[in-house]
Amino acid sequence: MSNMNLLQAVNNALDIAMEKEPKTVCFGEDVGHFGGVFRATSHLQEKYGKSRCFNTPLTEQGIIGFANGLAAGGHKAIAEIQFADYIFPAFDQIVNEAAKFRYRSGNEFNVGGLTIRSPYGGGIHGGLYHSQSPEAYFTGTPGLKVVMPRNPYQAKGLLLASIRDDNPVIFFEPKRLYRASTGEVPEEDYELPLGKADIMQEGRDITVLGWGAQMEVLEKAVAMAAEDGISCELIDLRTLMPWDVETVTQSVQKTGRLLISHEAPLSGGFAGEIAATIQDTCFLSLESPIARVTGLDTPFPLAHDKEYMPDHLKNYEAIKRSVSF
Amino acid sequence: MANLKQSAKQSEAPVVHNPVFIDGSDLTTPTLKILRQDGSVYEGAELPDINKELALKIYDTFQFIRALDERMVAAQRQGRISFYMTEIGEEAADIGSTAALADDDMIMAQYREQGALAFRGFPLDQFMNQMFSNEKDLGKGRQMPIHYGSKDLHYMTISSPLGTQLPQAVGYAYGYKLEEKDNCVICYFGEGAASEGDFHAAINMAGVFKVPAIFFCRNNGYAISTPSSEQFAGDGIAPRAVAYGLKAIRVDGNDVLAVLKATQEARKLAIEHNQPVLIEAMTYRLGAHSTSDDPSGYRSKKEEEKWREKDPVLRFKHWLIQQGWWSEEQDADIADAKRKAVMAAMKEAEKVAAPHLDDLITDVYDTPPKHLQEQLAELKAHIRQYPDAYPKTAGRIDHE
Repeated sequence: MSNMNLLQAVNNALDIAMEKEPKTVCFGEDVGHFGGVFRATSHLQEKYGKSRCFNTPLTEQGIIGFANGLAAGGHKAIAEIQFADYIFPAFDQIVNEAAKFRYRSGNEFNVGGLTIRSPYGGGIHGGLYHSQSPEAYFTGTPGLKVVMPRNPYQAKGLLLASIRDDNPVIFFEPKRLYRASTGEVPEEDYELPLGKADIMQEGRDITVLGWGAQMEVLEKAVAMAAEDGISCELIDLRTLMPWDVETVTQSVQKTGRLLISHEAPLSGGFAGEIAATIQDTCFLSLESPIARVTGLDTPFPLAHDKEYMPDHLKNYEAIKRSVSF
Repeated sequence: MANLKQSAKQSEAPVVHNPVFIDGSDLTTPTLKILRQDGSVYEGAELPDINKELALKIYDTFQFIRALDERMVAAQRQGRISFYMTEIGEEAADIGSTAALADDDMIMAQYREQGALAFRGFPLDQFMNQMFSNEKDLGKGRQMPIHYGSKDLHYMTISSPLGTQLPQAVGYAYGYKLEEKDNCVICYFGEGAASEGDFHAAINMAGVFKVPAIFFCRNNGYAISTPSSEQFAGDGIAPRAVAYGLKAIRVDGNDVLAVLKATQEARKLAIEHNQPVLIEAMTYRLGAHSTSDDPSGYRSKKEEEKWREKDPVLRFKHWLIQQGWWSEEQDADIADAKRKAVMAAMKEAEKVAAPHLDDLITDVYDTPPKHLQEQLAELKAHIRQYPDAYPKTAGRIDHE
């Protein structure tokens, strides 16, 4: 075990993946000698050479198109998109190509070796284009897996599992926590399962569900609620597609209440999908409307960064409203 | 190192003290022609590496594609298949270039390159199975007709979005380079697709990464109804590649010997020097864009006739006859045999059942996740309830 921040955990996972599987290649804008604008790929070029860790020209559609081709040839392609906000130029290569590669070819070809890493999320004064949480654009695309870790231990285990998974995976890293979140991380190789939610805290009165950086916020809200005698079951979804319907259903059948929280805007956000599914699987157990605490339906603002965010206070209030409904 | 080289380059550039603008006229791109329409070879022209066996294989593929295109357009008109695209007029471009490759060089095509696949030996019944989207289709009946693919033949499955295969070709070729394989990727696309951002991304990355890739542009004058004069203002596609550090060549795309020669040389550059190359083949789409298109709305019969006189298949036939490798009698026989074979294969494929319903959810992921299994089970229950509404599947799911 050693103490790592989230960036170091990501870097450590990439290091292990590249060491164990020589067909693993890391690339993107500034990931080479410089080691990435957040330093997630530090020292990888020194260690594995320029042919396995390198800079690309500044073209997101090119990066993912290149990654698709490399993965189709049987390589483990780990592509970095510098900010999730800049993934959209590659949307076509992700949605029409990567996601459909295996299906459309009848499994003659696939890009299962593809992993796309990208820092996401607000709270860093990033304004419109350094704050976005675009996960819901991808959860609606069959063929993709979408994974979002909450801390260094989760990041390493889930990233290693994503790299080795035989499907294209988008791995969104909470950049607000890159250095802020630290913890004990095993130095050895380990994986955490994709498609499996993590029950962080058991409770009786309400299920509180989130993913990524939002879990830190929800931990605070849940602690405040506990002081009021409200027992929350806190769940980190971890994988958004395919998501763990069973764990959430079982929890809501027990607690009778559900709150889902994410930074992305409310409309079309992934909480809507979860809410619709859970009202179907838990209709007879629900004792209050499913609550969604999310970002506003606006672009991500700079000056009102704090006001926009679904912070612990907004979640605390929503928990109380739900329990007293 | 790179910086030093660059500054050295800059210091060698001529310096001026009054503004001088360069334009396309500073660069003239010649067109490689080897074969005249009457089958004679231009004086001084250097022939490609070709023997009788290869020549006849190319010509046999020409004949097959003509027969296939003709028959399948008719089949679409009769409503037997939903869609078709011919490559009439452009046979020399894709078949001639594929003939220059090793059998295990990856082909990443657009959608008008069935000739390349045929040259590789894709069986006639597989062409048909794909077009009839039956249960024997390698693609499991999921994609529209002519979206072929074959792992065995190193022919990447076609997708409809234009230009997406271009940066993918760079990545695939980079894989070859990593593994130090003596292979290259050939990537086909039309001059319309070259306006997509993926073209720019791809040739820039190919130049920077120095990958063994050949970008093969079929410049046939039209993207559906849009003439090339409304597609680009520069001198075609070839000069763009030079600006990105690729080597480029323009060839007469109706001259199979010129296409073969250019691609053989390009392959050497790609494999021996990791030097990406772009080949621009000037040709003409003699047919409609697709069976959903009628070209009489946007171009003249006269223009079509002018190009019909440059028929690449006829041109090559004349050459073969002059070599003493072919005769008009053989020609009539083979054309007839191809037509009959195509007809017979079509009738066979029509009889093959549709893919099993279970394949609706396989291959979305490596294994179907739970939610897909549930959706399939629900669908099956629904079909059992209304069997008459789903005749293709109802009978088969009941017998499980």
